[in-house]
Amino acid sequence: MAANPMSQFDVYRIGPEIKVGAFDISFTNASLFMIISTVSILLVFNLGSKRNSVLPNKMQLLSELSYTFVAKMISDTAGSKAKPYFAFIFSLFMFVLFCNMFGMIPYTFTVTSHIIVTFILASFIFIGVTIIGFIKHGFGYLKLFVPSGVPTVLLPLIVVIEIISYLSRPISLSVRLFANMMAGHTMMKVFGGFVISLGLVGGWLPLSFSVALTGLEILVAFLQAYVFAILTCIYLNDALNLHH
Amino acid sequence: MIKKIFFQSIFFSFLFFKEAFAAESEGMPQLNPEFWISQIFWLILTFGTMYVVLSKFILPKISNNLESRKSQILENIEAAEKQREDSEAKLTEYDEIILKSKSEAKTIINQTREKALKDILSKKEVLDQQIDDEINKAEKEIEVLRISAPDKINKIAIETSSELLEKLIGSGVNSSSISAIVDDLSKRNGDKYYGN
Repeated sequence: MAANPMSQFDVYRIGPEIKVGAFDISFTNASLFMIISTVSILLVFNLGSKRNSVLPNKMQLLSELSYTFVAKMISDTAGSKAKPYFAFIFSLFMFVLFCNMFGMIPYTFTVTSHIIVTFILASFIFIGVTIIGFIKHGFGYLKLFVPSGVPTVLLPLIVVIEIISYLSRPISLSVRLFANMMAGHTMMKVFGGFVISLGLVGGWLPLSFSVALTGLEILVAFLQAYVFAILTCIYLNDALNLHH
Repeated sequence: MIKKIFFQSIFFSFLFFKEAFAAESEGMPQLNPEFWISQIFWLILTFGTMYVVLSKFILPKISNNLESRKSQILENIEAAEKQREDSEAKLTEYDEIILKSKSEAKTIINQTREKALKDILSKKEVLDQQIDDEINKAEKEIEVLRISAPDKINKIAIETSSELLEKLIGSGVNSSSISAIVDDLSKRNGDKYYGN
Protein backbone atom coordinates (compact mmCIF):
# COMPACT_ATOMS: atom_id res chain seq x y z
CA MET A 1 0.00 0.00 0.00
CA ALA A 2 0.91 3.67 -0.24
CA ALA A 3 2.48 2.90 -3.57
CA ASN A 4 5.31 4.99 -4.81
CA PRO A 5 3.77 8.04 -6.50
CA MET A 6 6.35 7.73 -9.24
CA SER A 7 5.48 4.18 -10.14
CA GLN A 8 2.63 5.41 -12.31
CA PHE A 9 5.27 6.68 -14.71
CA ASP A 10 6.93 3.28 -15.10
CA VAL A 11 7.28 2.06 -18.63
CA TYR A 12 7.03 -1.67 -19.09
CA ARG A 13 7.10 -4.00 -22.00
CA ILE A 14 3.87 -5.40 -23.38
CA GLY A 15 4.47 -8.54 -25.35
CA PRO A 16 7.81 -9.76 -26.60
CA GLU A 17 11.00 -7.79 -26.79
CA ILE A 18 11.57 -6.32 -30.26
CA LYS A 19 15.11 -5.43 -31.20
CA VAL A 20 16.29 -3.73 -34.34
CA GLY A 21 20.05 -3.89 -34.35
CA ALA A 22 21.16 -2.58 -30.99
CA PHE A 23 17.92 -0.69 -30.42
CA ASP A 24 15.09 -1.93 -28.26
CA ILE A 25 11.82 -0.85 -29.84
CA SER A 26 9.58 -3.11 -27.81
CA PHE A 27 5.88 -2.37 -27.58
CA THR A 28 5.33 -0.74 -24.18
CA ASN A 29 2.46 0.82 -22.28
CA ALA A 30 3.68 4.19 -23.59
CA SER A 31 3.35 2.91 -27.16
CA LEU A 32 -0.10 1.57 -26.33
CA PHE A 33 -1.33 4.96 -25.16
CA MET A 34 0.28 6.74 -28.11
CA ILE A 35 -1.65 4.40 -30.39
CA ILE A 36 -4.87 4.84 -28.39
CA SER A 37 -4.52 8.62 -28.59
CA THR A 38 -3.78 8.73 -32.31
CA VAL A 39 -6.48 6.20 -33.15
CA SER A 40 -9.08 8.14 -31.15
CA ILE A 41 -8.00 11.40 -32.80
CA LEU A 42 -8.32 9.84 -36.24
CA LEU A 43 -11.65 8.27 -35.29
CA VAL A 44 -13.14 11.47 -33.92
CA PHE A 45 -12.04 13.62 -36.85
CA ASN A 46 -12.90 11.00 -39.42
CA LEU A 47 -16.41 10.77 -38.02
CA GLY A 48 -16.54 14.55 -37.87
CA SER A 49 -15.59 15.00 -41.51
CA LYS A 50 -17.59 12.15 -43.04
CA ARG A 51 -20.87 13.89 -43.57
CA ASN A 52 -21.15 17.42 -44.81
CA SER A 53 -24.44 18.81 -43.63
CA VAL A 54 -25.25 22.47 -43.28
CA LEU A 55 -26.51 21.75 -39.79
CA PRO A 56 -23.62 19.71 -38.30
CA ASN A 57 -24.14 16.88 -35.87
CA LYS A 58 -22.15 16.67 -32.64
CA MET A 59 -19.07 14.99 -34.11
CA GLN A 60 -18.94 17.33 -37.07
CA LEU A 61 -19.40 20.32 -34.81
CA LEU A 62 -16.61 19.10 -32.54
CA SER A 63 -14.14 18.61 -35.36
CA GLU A 64 -15.07 21.86 -37.08
CA LEU A 65 -14.81 23.81 -33.84
CA SER A 66 -11.34 22.36 -33.15
CA TYR A 67 -10.35 23.11 -36.74
CA THR A 68 -11.40 26.74 -36.49
CA PHE A 69 -9.92 27.03 -32.99
CA VAL A 70 -6.48 25.91 -34.16
CA ALA A 71 -6.76 27.87 -37.40
CA LYS A 72 -7.57 31.04 -35.47
CA MET A 73 -4.74 30.40 -33.02
CA ILE A 74 -2.25 30.06 -35.88
CA SER A 75 -3.49 33.06 -37.84
CA ASP A 76 -3.51 35.20 -34.69
CA THR A 77 0.03 34.37 -33.65
CA ALA A 78 1.89 33.50 -36.85
CA GLY A 79 -0.14 35.20 -39.55
CA SER A 80 -1.28 33.88 -42.92
CA LYS A 81 2.20 32.68 -43.88
CA ALA A 82 1.89 29.83 -41.38
CA LYS A 83 -0.94 28.19 -43.30
CA PRO A 84 1.19 25.35 -44.76
CA TYR A 85 2.08 24.29 -41.21
CA PHE A 86 -1.53 24.14 -40.09
CA ALA A 87 -1.76 20.35 -40.34
CA PHE A 88 1.38 19.88 -38.26
CA ILE A 89 0.31 22.26 -35.50
CA PHE A 90 -3.17 20.77 -35.51
CA SER A 91 -1.77 17.25 -35.14
CA LEU A 92 0.63 18.45 -32.47
CA PHE A 93 -2.09 20.14 -30.44
CA MET A 94 -4.46 17.19 -30.77
CA PHE A 95 -1.77 14.65 -29.94
CA VAL A 96 -0.66 16.45 -26.80
CA LEU A 97 -4.25 17.17 -25.78
CA PHE A 98 -5.42 13.58 -26.23
CA CYS A 99 -2.34 12.15 -24.49
CA ASN A 100 -2.89 14.53 -21.57
CA MET A 101 -6.58 13.76 -21.39
CA PHE A 102 -6.13 9.99 -21.60
CA GLY A 103 -3.65 10.35 -18.78
CA MET A 104 -6.43 11.74 -16.61
CA ILE A 105 -8.31 8.44 -16.65
CA PRO A 106 -7.30 6.35 -13.61
CA TYR A 107 -4.91 3.46 -14.26
CA THR A 108 -3.79 4.92 -17.56
CA PHE A 109 -0.37 6.05 -18.63
CA THR A 110 0.42 9.66 -19.48
CA VAL A 111 2.62 9.71 -22.58
CA THR A 112 3.46 13.38 -22.19
CA SER A 113 4.74 12.93 -18.64
CA HIS A 114 7.95 11.51 -20.08
CA ILE A 115 10.70 13.99 -20.80
CA ILE A 116 11.96 12.00 -23.76
CA VAL A 117 8.62 12.26 -25.59
CA THR A 118 8.20 15.98 -25.02
CA PHE A 119 11.85 16.58 -25.77
CA ILE A 120 11.64 14.79 -29.09
CA LEU A 121 8.56 16.81 -30.03
CA ALA A 122 10.17 20.07 -28.89
CA SER A 123 13.49 19.43 -30.61
CA PHE A 124 11.70 18.44 -33.79
CA ILE A 125 9.86 21.78 -33.64
CA PHE A 126 13.09 23.62 -32.81
CA ILE A 127 15.03 22.07 -35.66
CA GLY A 128 12.16 22.49 -38.08
CA VAL A 129 11.63 26.12 -37.18
CA THR A 130 15.35 26.85 -37.49
CA ILE A 131 15.49 25.20 -40.92
CA ILE A 132 12.40 27.15 -42.05
CA GLY A 133 13.98 30.37 -40.78
CA PHE A 134 17.21 29.79 -42.70
CA ILE A 135 15.34 28.77 -45.86
CA LYS A 136 13.12 31.86 -45.74
CA HIS A 137 15.73 34.44 -44.77
CA GLY A 138 19.11 32.83 -45.48
CA PHE A 139 21.76 34.13 -43.11
CA GLY A 140 19.50 37.10 -42.47
CA TYR A 141 17.76 34.83 -39.99
CA LEU A 142 20.70 35.50 -37.64
CA LYS A 143 19.32 39.02 -37.28
CA LEU A 144 16.88 37.40 -34.89
CA PHE A 145 19.66 37.57 -32.30
CA VAL A 146 20.24 41.29 -32.85
CA PRO A 147 17.21 43.21 -31.64
CA SER A 148 16.77 46.64 -33.16
CA GLY A 149 17.03 49.75 -31.01
CA VAL A 150 19.57 48.35 -28.55
CA PRO A 151 22.58 50.55 -27.60
CA THR A 152 25.77 49.30 -29.21
CA VAL A 153 27.43 48.96 -25.82
CA LEU A 154 24.87 46.41 -24.71
CA LEU A 155 24.77 44.59 -28.03
CA PRO A 156 27.33 41.80 -27.28
CA LEU A 157 25.52 40.96 -24.05
CA ILE A 158 22.10 41.04 -25.67
CA VAL A 159 23.22 38.83 -28.54
CA VAL A 160 24.57 36.24 -26.11
CA ILE A 161 21.37 36.31 -24.11
CA GLU A 162 19.28 36.00 -27.26
CA ILE A 163 21.31 33.05 -28.46
CA ILE A 164 21.01 31.31 -25.10
CA SER A 165 17.28 31.95 -24.98
CA TYR A 166 16.91 30.66 -28.52
CA LEU A 167 18.86 27.51 -27.78
CA SER A 168 16.95 26.87 -24.58
CA ARG A 169 13.64 26.85 -26.43
CA PRO A 170 13.42 23.08 -26.89
CA ILE A 171 14.36 22.52 -23.28
CA SER A 172 11.85 25.00 -21.89
CA LEU A 173 9.14 23.76 -24.23
CA SER A 174 9.68 20.11 -23.34
CA VAL A 175 10.28 20.57 -19.62
CA ARG A 176 7.19 22.77 -19.27
CA LEU A 177 4.87 20.08 -20.56
CA PHE A 178 6.67 17.17 -18.91
CA ALA A 179 6.97 18.84 -15.49
CA ASN A 180 3.37 19.99 -15.46
CA MET A 181 2.11 16.55 -16.29
CA MET A 182 4.40 14.76 -13.89
CA ALA A 183 3.83 17.16 -10.99
CA GLY A 184 0.08 17.07 -11.38
CA HIS A 185 -0.16 13.31 -11.58
CA THR A 186 2.27 12.86 -8.69
CA MET A 187 0.30 15.26 -6.55
CA MET A 188 -2.92 13.43 -7.28
CA LYS A 189 -1.28 10.17 -6.44
CA VAL A 190 0.10 11.61 -3.17
CA PHE A 191 -3.31 12.86 -2.15
CA GLY A 192 -4.82 9.53 -3.10
CA GLY A 193 -2.24 7.84 -0.88
CA PHE A 194 -3.22 10.20 1.97
CA VAL A 195 -6.85 9.17 1.58
CA ILE A 196 -5.87 5.55 2.08
CA SER A 197 -3.47 6.14 4.94
CA LEU A 198 -5.77 8.50 6.88
CA GLY A 199 -8.67 6.14 6.41
CA LEU A 200 -12.34 6.80 7.08
CA VAL A 201 -11.69 9.39 9.79
CA GLY A 202 -9.32 11.85 8.20
CA GLY A 203 -9.40 10.77 4.59
CA TRP A 204 -12.20 13.08 3.57
CA LEU A 205 -10.04 16.17 3.41
CA PRO A 206 -7.43 14.77 1.00
CA LEU A 207 -10.30 13.16 -0.92
CA SER A 208 -11.91 16.55 -1.45
CA PHE A 209 -8.51 17.88 -2.45
CA SER A 210 -8.20 15.04 -4.90
CA VAL A 211 -11.55 15.89 -6.43
CA ALA A 212 -10.56 19.53 -6.78
CA LEU A 213 -7.16 18.54 -8.17
CA THR A 214 -8.81 16.36 -10.81
CA GLY A 215 -10.65 19.40 -12.13
CA LEU A 216 -7.48 21.45 -11.99
CA GLU A 217 -5.50 18.75 -13.78
CA ILE A 218 -8.05 18.52 -16.58
CA LEU A 219 -7.68 22.27 -16.99
CA VAL A 220 -3.88 21.93 -16.93
CA ALA A 221 -4.05 19.10 -19.47
CA PHE A 222 -5.91 21.35 -21.91
CA LEU A 223 -3.86 24.42 -21.05
CA GLN A 224 -0.50 22.70 -21.53
CA ALA A 225 -1.55 21.37 -24.91
CA TYR A 226 -2.65 24.87 -25.84
CA VAL A 227 0.57 26.41 -24.54
CA PHE A 228 2.64 23.84 -26.40
CA ALA A 229 0.83 24.59 -29.64
CA ILE A 230 0.84 28.36 -29.23
CA LEU A 231 4.55 28.45 -28.40
CA THR A 232 5.17 26.44 -31.55
CA CYS A 233 3.17 29.09 -33.41
CA ILE A 234 5.24 31.85 -31.83
CA TYR A 235 8.50 30.17 -32.78
CA LEU A 236 7.15 29.67 -36.27
CA ASN A 237 6.19 33.33 -36.38
CA ASP A 238 9.79 34.27 -35.53
CA ALA A 239 11.00 32.14 -38.43
CA LEU A 240 8.40 33.31 -40.94
CA ASN A 241 8.12 37.01 -40.15
CA LEU A 242 11.50 38.31 -39.08
CA HIS A 243 10.69 41.43 -37.07
CA HIS A 244 14.08 42.31 -35.68
CA MET B 1 1.69 31.79 -6.50
CA ILE B 2 0.77 29.38 -3.72
CA LYS B 3 -0.08 26.79 -6.32
CA LYS B 4 3.32 27.27 -7.95
CA ILE B 5 5.17 26.86 -4.67
CA PHE B 6 3.08 23.79 -3.93
CA PHE B 7 3.90 22.27 -7.28
CA GLN B 8 7.56 23.06 -6.96
CA SER B 9 7.85 21.70 -3.45
CA ILE B 10 6.31 18.42 -4.52
CA PHE B 11 8.43 18.32 -7.65
CA PHE B 12 11.65 18.98 -5.81
CA SER B 13 10.78 16.69 -2.95
CA PHE B 14 10.99 13.83 -5.38
CA LEU B 15 14.27 15.08 -6.75
CA PHE B 16 15.93 15.46 -3.40
CA PHE B 17 14.34 12.66 -1.47
CA LYS B 18 14.57 9.94 -3.95
CA GLU B 19 16.35 7.89 -1.34
CA ALA B 20 12.98 7.72 0.39
CA PHE B 21 11.68 5.64 -2.47
CA ALA B 22 14.96 3.99 -3.33
CA ALA B 23 13.75 0.76 -1.81
CA GLU B 24 10.86 0.58 -4.26
CA SER B 25 12.34 1.98 -7.45
CA GLU B 26 15.23 3.97 -8.79
CA GLY B 27 13.74 7.51 -8.60
CA MET B 28 12.09 9.05 -11.62
CA PRO B 29 11.26 6.45 -14.22
CA GLN B 30 11.44 9.24 -16.78
CA LEU B 31 15.19 9.41 -16.40
CA ASN B 32 15.63 5.70 -16.97
CA PRO B 33 16.91 5.42 -20.54
CA GLU B 34 15.90 1.78 -20.91
CA PHE B 35 12.85 2.51 -23.07
CA TRP B 36 13.86 5.84 -24.57
CA ILE B 37 14.56 4.43 -27.99
CA SER B 38 11.30 2.53 -27.94
CA GLN B 39 9.40 5.65 -26.96
CA ILE B 40 11.08 7.71 -29.67
CA PHE B 41 10.35 5.03 -32.24
CA TRP B 42 6.69 4.69 -31.32
CA LEU B 43 6.25 8.44 -31.02
CA ILE B 44 7.60 9.01 -34.53
CA LEU B 45 5.55 6.12 -35.88
CA THR B 46 2.22 7.10 -34.30
CA PHE B 47 2.61 10.84 -34.64
CA GLY B 48 3.87 10.53 -38.20
CA THR B 49 1.00 8.27 -39.21
CA MET B 50 -1.50 10.55 -37.54
CA TYR B 51 0.02 13.61 -39.21
CA VAL B 52 -0.07 12.02 -42.66
CA VAL B 53 -3.64 10.77 -42.31
CA LEU B 54 -4.86 14.07 -40.86
CA SER B 55 -3.14 16.29 -43.40
CA LYS B 56 -3.86 14.13 -46.46
CA PHE B 57 -7.38 12.90 -45.79
CA ILE B 58 -9.19 14.41 -42.86
CA LEU B 59 -8.25 18.08 -42.59
CA PRO B 60 -8.87 18.84 -46.30
CA LYS B 61 -12.33 17.32 -45.90
CA ILE B 62 -13.08 19.44 -42.84
CA SER B 63 -11.86 22.61 -44.53
CA ASN B 64 -13.91 21.64 -47.60
CA ASN B 65 -16.98 21.23 -45.44
CA LEU B 66 -16.41 24.58 -43.81
CA GLU B 67 -15.84 26.27 -47.15
CA SER B 68 -18.91 24.76 -48.75
CA ARG B 69 -21.04 25.75 -45.77
CA LYS B 70 -19.65 29.27 -45.90
CA SER B 71 -20.34 29.59 -49.62
CA GLN B 72 -23.81 28.12 -49.20
CA ILE B 73 -24.60 30.58 -46.43
CA LEU B 74 -23.27 33.42 -48.58
CA GLU B 75 -25.40 32.25 -51.49
CA ASN B 76 -28.46 32.09 -49.29
CA ILE B 77 -27.76 35.55 -47.95
CA GLU B 78 -27.38 36.82 -51.50
CA ALA B 79 -30.66 35.20 -52.54
CA ALA B 80 -32.38 36.65 -49.51
CA GLU B 81 -30.97 40.07 -50.33
CA LYS B 82 -32.21 39.78 -53.89
CA GLN B 83 -35.65 38.76 -52.77
CA ARG B 84 -35.74 41.63 -50.33
CA GLU B 85 -34.85 44.04 -53.14
CA ASP B 86 -37.54 42.49 -55.32
CA SER B 87 -40.12 42.85 -52.62
CA GLU B 88 -39.10 46.45 -52.03
CA ALA B 89 -39.48 47.18 -55.74
CA LYS B 90 -42.89 45.53 -55.66
CA LEU B 91 -43.81 47.59 -52.65
CA THR B 92 -42.89 50.87 -54.34
CA GLU B 93 -44.80 49.75 -57.42
CA TYR B 94 -47.80 49.02 -55.27
CA ASP B 95 -47.49 52.40 -53.58
CA GLU B 96 -47.34 54.09 -56.96
CA ILE B 97 -50.41 52.23 -58.15
CA ILE B 98 -52.29 53.22 -55.05
CA LEU B 99 -51.26 56.86 -55.44
CA LYS B 100 -52.29 56.83 -59.09
CA SER B 101 -55.63 55.24 -58.40
CA LYS B 102 -56.24 57.70 -55.59
CA SER B 103 -55.62 60.67 -57.87
CA GLU B 104 -57.78 59.06 -60.54
CA ALA B 105 -60.58 58.58 -58.05
CA LYS B 106 -60.22 62.23 -57.04
CA THR B 107 -60.47 63.48 -60.60
CA ILE B 108 -63.46 61.23 -61.22
CA ILE B 109 -65.14 62.54 -58.12
CA ASN B 110 -64.41 66.13 -59.15
CA GLN B 111 -65.67 65.57 -62.67
CA THR B 112 -68.89 63.95 -61.52
CA ARG B 113 -69.38 66.64 -58.96
CA GLU B 114 -68.93 69.37 -61.56
CA LYS B 115 -71.23 67.55 -63.90
CA ALA B 116 -73.84 67.17 -61.21
CA LEU B 117 -73.50 70.82 -60.28
CA LYS B 118 -73.90 71.81 -63.93
CA ASP B 119 -76.95 69.61 -64.27
CA ILE B 120 -78.43 71.05 -61.13
CA LEU B 121 -77.71 74.56 -62.32
CA SER B 122 -79.23 74.03 -65.72
CA LYS B 123 -82.26 72.35 -64.25
CA LYS B 124 -82.55 75.12 -61.73
CA GLU B 125 -82.41 77.70 -64.50
CA VAL B 126 -85.13 75.93 -66.43
CA LEU B 127 -87.22 75.65 -63.32
CA ASP B 128 -86.55 79.28 -62.45
CA GLN B 129 -87.62 80.22 -65.95
CA GLN B 130 -90.78 78.22 -65.59
CA ILE B 131 -91.48 79.66 -62.20
CA ASP B 132 -90.87 83.17 -63.51
CA ASP B 133 -93.23 82.51 -66.39
CA GLU B 134 -95.90 81.16 -64.09
CA ILE B 135 -95.45 84.12 -61.78
CA ASN B 136 -95.65 86.53 -64.68
CA LYS B 137 -98.77 84.81 -65.97
CA ALA B 138 -100.36 84.86 -62.57
CA GLU B 139 -99.42 88.49 -62.08
CA LYS B 140 -100.92 89.35 -65.41
CA GLU B 141 -104.11 87.50 -64.51
CA ILE B 142 -104.21 89.26 -61.19
CA GLU B 143 -103.63 92.56 -62.90
CA VAL B 144 -106.48 91.88 -65.34
CA LEU B 145 -108.72 90.80 -62.51
CA ARG B 146 -107.78 93.83 -60.47
CA ILE B 147 -108.43 96.16 -63.33
CA SER B 148 -111.77 94.53 -64.11
CA ALA B 149 -112.81 94.04 -60.48
CA PRO B 150 -113.93 97.65 -59.64
CA ASP B 151 -115.99 97.80 -62.85
CA LYS B 152 -117.73 94.56 -61.99
CA ILE B 153 -118.22 95.64 -58.44
CA ASN B 154 -119.60 98.95 -59.61
CA LYS B 155 -121.91 97.15 -62.00
CA ILE B 156 -123.12 94.82 -59.26
CA ALA B 157 -123.47 97.75 -56.87
CA ILE B 158 -125.47 99.75 -59.41
CA GLU B 159 -127.73 96.81 -60.22
CA THR B 160 -128.31 95.83 -56.65
CA SER B 161 -128.86 99.39 -55.51
CA SER B 162 -131.31 100.06 -58.39
CA GLU B 163 -133.21 96.87 -57.56
CA LEU B 164 -133.17 97.82 -53.90
CA LEU B 165 -134.46 101.25 -54.63
CA GLU B 166 -137.19 99.83 -56.91
CA LYS B 167 -138.40 97.51 -54.15
CA LEU B 168 -138.22 100.26 -51.57
CA ILE B 169 -139.73 103.02 -53.55
CA GLY B 170 -141.74 100.92 -55.93
CA SER B 171 -140.68 102.69 -59.09
CA GLY B 172 -137.68 102.81 -61.36
CA VAL B 173 -134.94 105.24 -60.71
CA ASN B 174 -132.66 106.70 -63.29
CA SER B 175 -129.80 104.27 -63.53
CA SER B 176 -127.28 106.85 -64.72
CA SER B 177 -127.70 108.96 -61.55
CA ILE B 178 -127.28 105.79 -59.44
CA SER B 179 -124.15 104.80 -61.26
CA ALA B 180 -122.69 108.25 -60.70
CA ILE B 181 -123.32 107.97 -56.97
CA VAL B 182 -121.95 104.39 -56.83
CA ASP B 183 -118.87 105.39 -58.77
CA ASP B 184 -118.21 108.15 -56.38
CA LEU B 185 -118.71 105.93 -53.34
CA SER B 186 -116.74 103.00 -54.65
CA LYS B 187 -113.90 105.28 -55.56
CA ARG B 188 -113.77 106.48 -52.02
CA ASN B 189 -114.04 102.94 -50.60
CA GLY B 190 -111.65 101.59 -53.22
CA ASP B 191 -109.11 104.11 -52.03
CA LYS B 192 -109.74 102.91 -48.49
CA TYR B 193 -109.24 99.18 -49.44
CA TYR B 194 -106.70 99.19 -52.19
CA GLY B 195 -104.83 102.36 -51.45
CA ASN B 196 -104.93 103.49 -55.06
